[in-house]
Amino acid sequence: MLDSVLFYFFAGVAVISAALMVTRRNAIHSAVFLITTLLATAGIFLQLRAEFLFIAQIIIYVGGIMVLFIFVIMLVRLDVALHHIRFRMKNLVVTLVIAVLGAEAGAIIYYARKLPGQGLFIEKMAPAQNLAPNSEKLAQSLFSNYLLPFEIASVLLLVAMVGAVVMAKNKKGTEDS
Amino acid sequence: MGNALQDDALQNNSTLLGTDELVLNMGPQHPSTHGVLRVKLKLDGERVRGTECVIGYLHRGVEKIAENRTYQQVAPYVDRMDYVAAVSNGLGYCEAVEKLLNVEAPPRARVIRVILTELQRIASHLVWLGTHALDIGALTPLFYCMREREEILKIFEKYCGARLTTHAFRIGGLQYESYDGFEKDVERFCLDFERRIQEYVDLLTGNSIWIGRTRNVGVLNAADCIALGASGPILRAAGVKWDLRKAQPYAAYDQYKFEIPVGTNGDTYDRYMVRIEEMRQSRLICLQAIEKIPEGAIMGKVGKVIKPPAGEVYHSIEAPKGILGYYIVSDASTQPYRVRIRPPSFINLQALDKMVRGHLVADVVAIIGTLDIVLGEVDR
Amino acid sequence: MNPTLHAVLDFLQTWWAELTCGVVIVAVVPLVAGYLVLMERKLMADMQARLGPMRVGPHGLLQPIADAVKLLIKEDIIPGESDKLIFWLAPVISMTAALTSMGAIAFGPSFQVARDINIGILFVLGVSSLGFLGIILGGWASNSHYSIIGALRSTAQLVSYETAGGLAIISGLLLSGTLSISGIVTAQQTQRVWFIFLAPVGFFIYLVASIAETNRAPFDLPEAESELVAGYMTEYSGFRWALYFLGEYANMIVVGSVATTLFLGGWLRPFPNVRWLNWLDVLPALIIALIGVYSVYRAGKQPVKIQTQFMWGVALACFAVALIYAVPWFVGPLKFVIPGLNGAFWFLLKVAAYIYVFMWVRFTLPRYRFDQLMHLGWYILIPLAIVNVFAVGVAMLIAANTNWNHAVVLLLATIVTTIATLVCAVFLVSWHDRRTESASTASLARDSYAG
Repeated sequence: MLDSVLFYFFAGVAVISAALMVTRRNAIHSAVFLITTLLATAGIFLQLRAEFLFIAQIIIYVGGIMVLFIFVIMLVRLDVALHHIRFRMKNLVVTLVIAVLGAEAGAIIYYARKLPGQGLFIEKMAPAQNLAPNSEKLAQSLFSNYLLPFEIASVLLLVAMVGAVVMAKNKKGTEDS
Repeated sequence: MGNALQDDALQNNSTLLGTDELVLNMGPQHPSTHGVLRVKLKLDGERVRGTECVIGYLHRGVEKIAENRTYQQVAPYVDRMDYVAAVSNGLGYCEAVEKLLNVEAPPRARVIRVILTELQRIASHLVWLGTHALDIGALTPLFYCMREREEILKIFEKYCGARLTTHAFRIGGLQYESYDGFEKDVERFCLDFERRIQEYVDLLTGNSIWIGRTRNVGVLNAADCIALGASGPILRAAGVKWDLRKAQPYAAYDQYKFEIPVGTNGDTYDRYMVRIEEMRQSRLICLQAIEKIPEGAIMGKVGKVIKPPAGEVYHSIEAPKGILGYYIVSDASTQPYRVRIRPPSFINLQALDKMVRGHLVADVVAIIGTLDIVLGEVDR
Repeated sequence: MNPTLHAVLDFLQTWWAELTCGVVIVAVVPLVAGYLVLMERKLMADMQARLGPMRVGPHGLLQPIADAVKLLIKEDIIPGESDKLIFWLAPVISMTAALTSMGAIAFGPSFQVARDINIGILFVLGVSSLGFLGIILGGWASNSHYSIIGALRSTAQLVSYETAGGLAIISGLLLSGTLSISGIVTAQQTQRVWFIFLAPVGFFIYLVASIAETNRAPFDLPEAESELVAGYMTEYSGFRWALYFLGEYANMIVVGSVATTLFLGGWLRPFPNVRWLNWLDVLPALIIALIGVYSVYRAGKQPVKIQTQFMWGVALACFAVALIYAVPWFVGPLKFVIPGLNGAFWFLLKVAAYIYVFMWVRFTLPRYRFDQLMHLGWYILIPLAIVNVFAVGVAMLIAANTNWNHAVVLLLATIVTTIATLVCAVFLVSWHDRRTESASTASLARDSYAG
């Protein structure tokens, strides 16, 4: 019962926030609603007993990427960019796309219920004590099975960081620190 | 959907991350301008490219008022210029009029004047140290400095009844005899003060954050000082050993032995060291002076009505802030024809533009603090 | 019975302890944060040769209440052009992040909202970093160029020092082997030593990083009143400002709790495993009783009658708490609460000591300029933290594969690392200084008196 209540709460918040996010005129408002969507998604991760994913979502997505989004929104002049966009048939295209996607999603949900073994709700989930500790399992597989992708991802991130520093430095020359 | 950030960019006619010059106003009301001073900073990104000071918020017309007052009545007015060091202002004015009258104050008066002036120098430097440290973020030295200054102000209050605007001296000498226990009070303060200076030094001098905030900040070398007319600790920190107490001795300064501290770089750290050392030297002067205060009269041969012969005089003294000069023109009446004051803070403030060029905005506050200006003196 | 009601009662029955802890945190922490402000003002006054708040209540003990009431009845000023939703939201985010992150902190062996969550420390770090959003949005909502720049600067500072702090925490986590809070404290109990003695460099780095994290001096440039660029709090007045302020002090409690858990032994008493020191378990009750006795002694010296009465009230409160601590010793069935109460006392004592160091540092040191601050964070603290993680890891490997004493190996590793890093730092800094000095004198010589 508690599971259902929590799930419907998180899912409701996620869907409503997402809808609000795409309909706001103010970019910062959209960013704030994106934050609530991400937090609700993180809550669903927590419900599925994926604790590390929950906190990773919060630290990386909300604490890092959304902060970056907000920085960019604050520092870039959006009304100049908006003036250049003149697309007449915007509403028609949007309605069409929503209709197609909605039909696809509905079909998937309908047919998925009919297939044996497929379902949306897991009726009885394992209690938390029975599961192996989340972070340890993740760390073990990262450092044994998936070591190469892990290292490649690290190198990629390092290259991106160094590249950003180099690009920022070159612009200013030998000026400020 | 505009907002302040984007409107600014619109006005400057540039992309937001572009580098146009921005004028930042450090308004007349600001916790760190030490009075009502308005500074318009021209910024290029983070760096300051130039400044423009707007002064006059505290102008009270002292020089004009002086033309309509008798010589004795002008004396309280000059206290209010550099209100942090009122005794020095009074000393300069009284000595200037005495020069005009060709009268000398008796020896006892001169020695007591020296003691009070040196105590006032210590008090002024204490205020400077406390507020300067506070601007840079050290919260504690202010209270320690005020604690010491409190002792000095108690001595002043016992002597002449006032703490801040003392009107301690009269033309021709002193009005009040020094009170019983004056020497004892001064001696007790001076003996205790060495330990207190060590407290300030311990807190600030070796502190790497303090050094980082003051080293190479606001450098004014000797040539620039002389060209701009900057005087006092600013000049001495740049390496020029010029102190009017030694170069053109007045009052009783030629009787005492003291050093003139001199810096090397002319940066904020050197000015800090120079002023700390000046406090130590003032303490030594006081200790030497109270050992032997000559007996005798405290007032020279000055009549009740002061009517100096027609003529003009310029007399300057080493005030805590710099060279304080009085140019008095007399037309043989009881009221001066013209009193022109050479305020050290006003002339030192002109060096601000040169000192802040190329520094960050956060350094401007430190540089204004190190100039040790008092707006009462800048505006008169 | 109604199935919904049944479900609700079931829920309450399973989760009543955690819910109570949560309610206590939300109710008590703002009050505690208010009294932390008073403690800071009194400490500041003591170090500055003065007395601090003395008027409101005996020795100013009611000052936070007066401040709270004043802030609540102030006029709510909202800048005209600002974004109302964001203006309202920003301080709420700041305070909520701080309070939520307290959910995973164990204030004692049995006081924790998210009980035994697997990712304890990470939860605290992650959720408290949501507070940055409160700062950015606050600066934006003020709708002033300089507030936004101030907010962005503050965020840049927080992000830089969070990296260093996180790396320092990693060195502590290497020693404990688990992320869960109770696991860390249990690890310190089984290893018979607080982790500060095994990884002192990590503790020191975390101390410096947490001072910068909470925007305290000497890293409080964004909040300084004497600086030109207005901070993110400029347009906030009344209770909205109070929320920011309380959020900052709640953050101090959070970082203090993390440091205590990870490095100072959490809720363990000093020497938790030594049997003959078991009499130390009565210390909490004793200390509180002694504070009560001191209050009685001071009550006799108060000049005004109502102050005397209030001191007697404080004394009675202390004695009541001491009684609560002492009673379970004598009542058999109640003995199970002793570890919980004692643990809470030791934990709060350590957090208070950590916060005392924060305040002490604030009153002593001047403020860093922003570029110096970033230089310290990126050039000095992060490399030191990385080297520290390596050193602790290598030391643990050595200790695991040989017979040498665990603690000795780690201490040696720490000492060697610290000396090596300091030597390198001295060389680097002097080389850097020589380089910049020649550069700056060159530039000064160019810019002569030519207007």
